[in-house]
Formats: sequence, C-alpha cells, structure tokens
Amino acid sequence: MSSHYEAPIREPLVTGEKSYHDVTLDVVAPVEGKANKSWWLVFSIALVAFLWGLGCIIYTVSTGIGSWGLNKTIGWAWDITNFVWWVGIGHAGTLISAVLLLFRQKWRMAVNRSAEAMTIFAVVQAGLFPIIHMGRPWLAYWVLPIPNQFGSLWVNFNSPLLWDVFAISTYLSVSLVFWWTGLLPDFAMIRDRATKPFQKKIYSILSFGWSGRAKDWQRFEEVSLVLAGLATPLVLSVHTIVSFDFATSLVPGWHSTIFPPYFVAGAIFSGFAMVQTLLIIMRKVINLENYITILHIEYMNKVIILTGGIVTVAYVTEYFIGWYSGISYENYTYLSFGAATGAYAWAFWALITCNFIVPLTLWVKKLRRNIFWTFIVALVINIGMWFERFDIIVLCLSKGRTPSSWAMFSPTFIDIGTFVGTIGFFFVLFLLYARTFPVIAQAEVKSILKSSGDKYKRLREEHGD
Amino acid sequence: MYKLSGKVKLISIILIVIGALGIGYGFLTAPSTLDEAKEILAAEHSGHGGSHEAESSHSKEAEGHHSEMNAEGHSAHGEQAAETHHSEEAHGEDHHSEHVLHQLQTKPWAATFVAGFFFLMIALGVLAFYAIQYVAQVGWSPVLFRVMEGITSYVLPGSIIVLLIVLFAGEHFYPWQNHELVAEDKILQGKSGYLNFPFFVIRAIIYVIGWNLYRYFAVRNSRALATASNYGPYKKNFKYSVFFLLFFILTESMMAWDWFMSMTPHWYSTLFAWYIFATMIVSALTVIAITTIILKKAGYLPFVNDSHLHDVAKFMFGFSVFWTYLWFGQFMLIWYANIPEEVTYFTIRIQEYNLLFFGMLVINFVFPILILMNSDFKRIPWFVIIAGCFILVGHYIDVYLLVMPSTVGLHWSFGVTEIAAVLFFLGLFMLVVGSGLGKAPLKIKNNPFLKESENYHY
Repeated sequence: MSSHYEAPIREPLVTGEKSYHDVTLDVVAPVEGKANKSWWLVFSIALVAFLWGLGCIIYTVSTGIGSWGLNKTIGWAWDITNFVWWVGIGHAGTLISAVLLLFRQKWRMAVNRSAEAMTIFAVVQAGLFPIIHMGRPWLAYWVLPIPNQFGSLWVNFNSPLLWDVFAISTYLSVSLVFWWTGLLPDFAMIRDRATKPFQKKIYSILSFGWSGRAKDWQRFEEVSLVLAGLATPLVLSVHTIVSFDFATSLVPGWHSTIFPPYFVAGAIFSGFAMVQTLLIIMRKVINLENYITILHIEYMNKVIILTGGIVTVAYVTEYFIGWYSGISYENYTYLSFGAATGAYAWAFWALITCNFIVPLTLWVKKLRRNIFWTFIVALVINIGMWFERFDIIVLCLSKGRTPSSWAMFSPTFIDIGTFVGTIGFFFVLFLLYARTFPVIAQAEVKSILKSSGDKYKRLREEHGD
Repeated sequence: MYKLSGKVKLISIILIVIGALGIGYGFLTAPSTLDEAKEILAAEHSGHGGSHEAESSHSKEAEGHHSEMNAEGHSAHGEQAAETHHSEEAHGEDHHSEHVLHQLQTKPWAATFVAGFFFLMIALGVLAFYAIQYVAQVGWSPVLFRVMEGITSYVLPGSIIVLLIVLFAGEHFYPWQNHELVAEDKILQGKSGYLNFPFFVIRAIIYVIGWNLYRYFAVRNSRALATASNYGPYKKNFKYSVFFLLFFILTESMMAWDWFMSMTPHWYSTLFAWYIFATMIVSALTVIAITTIILKKAGYLPFVNDSHLHDVAKFMFGFSVFWTYLWFGQFMLIWYANIPEEVTYFTIRIQEYNLLFFGMLVINFVFPILILMNSDFKRIPWFVIIAGCFILVGHYIDVYLLVMPSTVGLHWSFGVTEIAAVLFFLGLFMLVVGSGLGKAPLKIKNNPFLKESENYHY
C-alpha cells in the first residue's frame, strides 16, 4: 500500500502529466476564481425551485396534510417515496468514502469529496420529509426521549419510525464529521494560498489550524480508518432501518425479509447513479477531466452493474416468493403478476425498464466508457429508483387486504412542488459547495499521484520499477 | 511443491473409515417399525429423567408435536389446522408414533446432509471468493490463489455427494414429494409448478454442473498462465469469473430454496438464500485462513506474510458481522410481524433448540468480533486459528439448525451419527484438498498482480 509500485496492467488514475503543484492549482481554481454566468443562471433556477418548494411546505404545514393527494388508504405516497429516495442517494457518498476506503480503492480519491457532499445535502433533503409529513410537525420534538412534565412521558422504542430518527440523525452527524475531517488539509491548502484577508480568515477558521505535521497525518489516517469502519455498518444499518419502516409491517408486499440488504443495494445503486449525474457535469464545467477520468466513470458503472444486479436478484426473489407463498394477497404487491397488469402497470414497467433493462446496456464495455450514455443511464436509474420506492409504497397500499378500501393515488401540485423544492434546495447547496469547497480531496490525490499518475507510470515503464 | 504427507493421508483415511462406519451404524439402528420407534422413545424418556413422570414428558412430546406441525405450516391455515388437530386426537397414539418413526428414520439422513453440505459450502464459498478476487482485480490475494484452488478441489466430490443425498432423501427431507400429502394440501398443490421432483432434479444437476465447470476451467487457466507468454489465460479467467458470479448468485438462491427452504414447504422467507450465502462465505474465508496458516507453518508459503493473513482475518471479521446482520434482519422482521405462517420457523428453533439457537449467535458474532477487532491480533496465527475454530463450529451449528428442526423436529441429538458424519466429511475434505494442493506449485506465476501481491504490506 505504501509502496509506489503498481501493477503495470492498471490504468492511470491521474492523467495529463500532473505534478503535485498542478493538482493544487486545478483543485483551487474554482474556489479562487469567479462564478461565470451559467453558474448564476443554474443557481437562480435552483433557488427559485427551492423557494417554490418552501412555499409548498409552508402551505402544507399551515393548511394541513389534506392539501396533498393522500387518502385514507394511501397514507404514505410522495412524502415517504421522496424520503427514501433521498436517503438512498446519500448512501453512495458514504460507500465511496468508507467502504471503498476499507477496500483500498485508489480511484475513490477523486470522487469521494463530492460524493460525501452529495450525501450530506441529500440527507438534509431526506430529513425534511419526516417532519413535514407529520400532521402536527410543531410537536416533532416529542419523538425525542427527553424527560418532561407529562410524568416523564416517553417514546415507544418499538417503532421503526423512531429508529429512523436515530438512524438519520446519527448518519448525518457522522457523515458530516467524516467529511469535515477529510477537508482539513484541503482547507489549510486554500488558507495558505489565500491572498484576500477575508478569504484567509474564513479558511483559517474552517481548517482548524491544520499544519500537516507527521503526527497529525498519522492520527488523521487512523481517524479516517476508524470512521470508515464505523460508517460502513452505519450506512448499512441506516437504509436497513429505513427498510424496516415497511418490512416490519403486515402489509403484503411490505413484509419481506429481504428488504434490509435489498434496500441497501438499491441505495448504492441509486446513489452511484446520482454521483455519475453530478460528476459528469462537474468534471466538464470545472475542468477536472484529468482527475475524474473515463476510468473512474467506468468503475462507477461497474458498481452500478453490481448493485443493479443484486437489486434485480432481489426483484426476482420477491416476485418468485410472492408466487411461492401461495397467498392471494401477494398477487397485488409491487412485484407481482397483478401489479404488472393492474392499474399501476405503468409504474411496474417503469421500474423494470429503468432499473433492469436500461442498466443492462452497461455490460457493453463501449457503452460504459461512453460518457454521454453513462449520463443518460444514470438519469434513467435515478428515475427508476424513484419508481421503485413509489411502487413499493403506493402499489402495495393501494390494494390491501380489504377490497372495499382499495384506492388510487394521484399527487397534487403541492406534492410535486415539495419534491421539486427539495431538488432545488439540493442543487443550491451543491452549487454553493462547488464554488467554495475543494471538490477533489487534493491531499489524497497527491498520495496516489506517484503510484497511479500517468507520468510516473510512464517513467517506471521506461526505467523499470 | 506441496505433497500430501503419508501421515495426513493415513489420518484422513482413518477418519473416513470411522465416519463411514458411524454413518452406517446410524442407518442400521434407525427404527424400521412402529414398535422399534416406541422402544427408542421409551429408552430416551427413561434416559432423560428416569421414572420422572412419564406422563408429563409424554404431554410435552405431544405439545412439541404440534409445534412441529406448525413448523410445517399446517396450523397456519385456519380450518385445516383444526382438522389436523382433530384428526390427530382421533387417530391418537398411532398417528403420533408414525410421525415419530418418520423423524427417527430421517435422523441419519439429516446428520449426513448437515456435515456434507457444511464441507461443500466451504469449498463453494472459496470458489465464489476466488471468482471475486479475479473480477475485482485484487492486488493482495494472488499469492493465495493456489491455496484457494486447492480447497475448491473439494467442490466436485462434495457436490456429487450432496446431490445424491438431496435426490435420494425424498420424503425424509421434502414433504412435498409425498403425493398423499400434496393431494390433501391446497398450498402444496399451488407450489407444485416449482416443487415437483423432475424439475427439482434438473435444477440440482444444473447447479452442480455449473459450479464444477467454472472450477474446472478457472483452475486450468490459472495453471496455463504459469507457462503462458501473455495474459491470455488470465483475461479468460476474468471473463469466466464475471459470468460465474452471475450464475452463482442465481443458483445459490435457488439452491437455498430447493434444498433447505422446501424442507418446510409452507414456510418462506425472501432473505433466506442470501443468509445461507453469508454462512457460506464466512466459513470459506475461515478455511482459507486456517489452510494458509498450516501451510505457512510447514514452510510451503514463504511468500505469504502476515499482511495477507491480516486481510483474510479482516474478511472473517467483516463477514461474521454481515452474517449476523442478515440473521438479525430475518429473525427480527419475522419476530416483529409475528405472522403465523412465518413465525413457526423460529418457534420450534427457540422452543426446542434454544441453547443452540442463541449459542450460535454468541459463537458466530460475539467471539469473532472480540477476538478479531484488534489489528495486531489479526496478524497472530494462533489468534486467527482460535477465532476460526469458533466460526467453523458456529456455522456448523447454523447448518444444523437449518436442517434438523425442519426434518427431525424434536428428536434431535448430537450422537454417533452426527459425529461420524462430520469425521467422514472432514477426512474426505482433508484428503481431497490435500491432494488438490499438491497438483500444482503453490506459487503462481505470470499473474499480472503477482508482484503487487508479493510486496504487499499493510
């Protein structure tokens, strides 16, 4: 690991004959430069969407949940769909920063910072929904087990919705700490380069006086490893707990033991799709093509193939066991013959097309190394994974055990507006991040430059190992 | 070049002979008539508590009998349950004894299957791990490839034996093969599109052929690589491994449904197949570690250092936690929802196998996590061996708990047949793996990642 030797068969991870200084310059360029017109344009659009969403949220809270399209049968629809979707997207960040660190994947170094940022911003969006879908969100603090004047009235720890509170809040805080720890050397680098006093002041505060001594680095690495070791079970457990919201219930289609690992695989699947969507644009806009290379895109596509395959096996399992169980109620669940032919057939087939058929194209090497096609597939997967959650939630609820309570769901513009608002909010945060934070962990990239940079690989080839 | 020593050969042959005798003894002493079954039961009762109220032990027996019926899912279905219950009382003692006779006759079958599958699953898990190493282009593990290849040589004999057991066990394991039972059971009729004997046989044969084909070609390519002038065989193996893993995840799932889940054909769980995979892979990693340590100690693997051991031990640790995660996921969800059809599976395990059921959790989770948490400990061979012994025993119990409650129900024991079966397959495993390891030099050549692997330090 520590040696600079690397098998020649491995493709370079940093191209363009970069030196340490080049890395620095490329990473700080967007932070030190000024925003251009298109940044302001996109930012304005995102901000408008966010404000619109904020309006919808305020309207919902002040008017009532009845302003959404929910009905007595389908009490969860877009709210929880969006919640699970956003949490799922967040998982790729931790996967890249923690799991890939444990597996010593050097290619993670160019993508981890942005993936973690994505995690944090996505979890923030997700965190909105458990609050705003409450009938009385101003009493949300009652979910916390705090001593109180009601004879110390406590929460019931048996509900997965309460576990969600702990899971999401822990996840957000650990991710934030993990992200920030990694940022210290990079903030310090910007601080050291800053010429304007204001900027210098800000980055001095952000970098916590990092001076890069050997002892600091040693502890830094140990902390990263411990945090990665903790974040890995955390990332698995968080989406597991999210899946428990459904799997612990008695609703046909929801009560399924495969949900914990299946949701986790789906989260990584959708999360990586989102990372692709963002990074393919980012590498172009801020000239990071030498760091986020086609190889990185291919590797991420391979993760998508793997997790997509796992998800597909889970679909097959769900479908098969639904039939195998011999229980007639299982015939209306989200992956059943009934769903494929029923009123929500379009949603069923959207799921199959987006999550199974389209990603299959990535098995072709030419296509998974094609940036444009990757971008399309990533978008399709994001849509497909939204449909997966929609199907699980709405289809299974729409035809429950009692035919007299069967119902359909259609969203109101407030449902839609809230979702659009969270997308806007996400991009507001991400766009601000891309202008003020080092989007590539330069300290980490520098650590692999001599083993995996194309310049050094060429030198080794010429002069021997 | 490793060569199986005469001593090890002798020991494994002795184990095989003793094991075979014990298994034969188990089959011979299984009761063939109702009277014999009653005698065995009576002996068991007096053994258990002497004259200590035969009456109460009988009523416990009857109670247990009901929970077994639950395990088969009968009582889950309303009227049918009442009927079963009713008919039991009507038939009385005889019906009960018949059931007991059946279970007692199943005991030697189940004992052989548990041990047989346990060793097969180790070899299969190693095969899957080996494929993963190729697909992931792993840089640290190529020095261990020959060890893995050696262990997977057990896939062929192991899978054939297990195949024969599941094909010939018939109603001993799979109630859905009983036509009378299916004729009066609507649910089983509904499943007969999948659970029918010809299709079952075809599926089983496909799994076994597929696994063995990959193993055959992967090893052949790996050996061809040693003399090749380019990476051709390596690239072939990469491709084969990708498709094998695809094949494996599907066949492993179906294998789990076929061979284990259909023992209680009314019961189902979507997670089940992945849970068995977790058991498989963690046992496999443990055996890789133990074999490596033994060979290294004997001086055959000078190019393997403690960093390699550290990595294998990390995987043992990680997959132990993963196994626990899946165990808990399955258990908790069924416990929480408490749906009668599903919960029967755990009812019998908790009521009748309590100590084993929860003891397994301690052995498979608590011990590995405590022993293997420390980074330094993972580099100390005897620490890894200790953790490995716990893991192997724990996962043997895991397989035991998959099979026994669903087949022999209350009449489980750990006696001559069970021990003999373990010894038999252990001997066979040692013999096959030992001679498999001797088929090629333990150091691979020409692998593109070999140098990374040799210089690997963590």
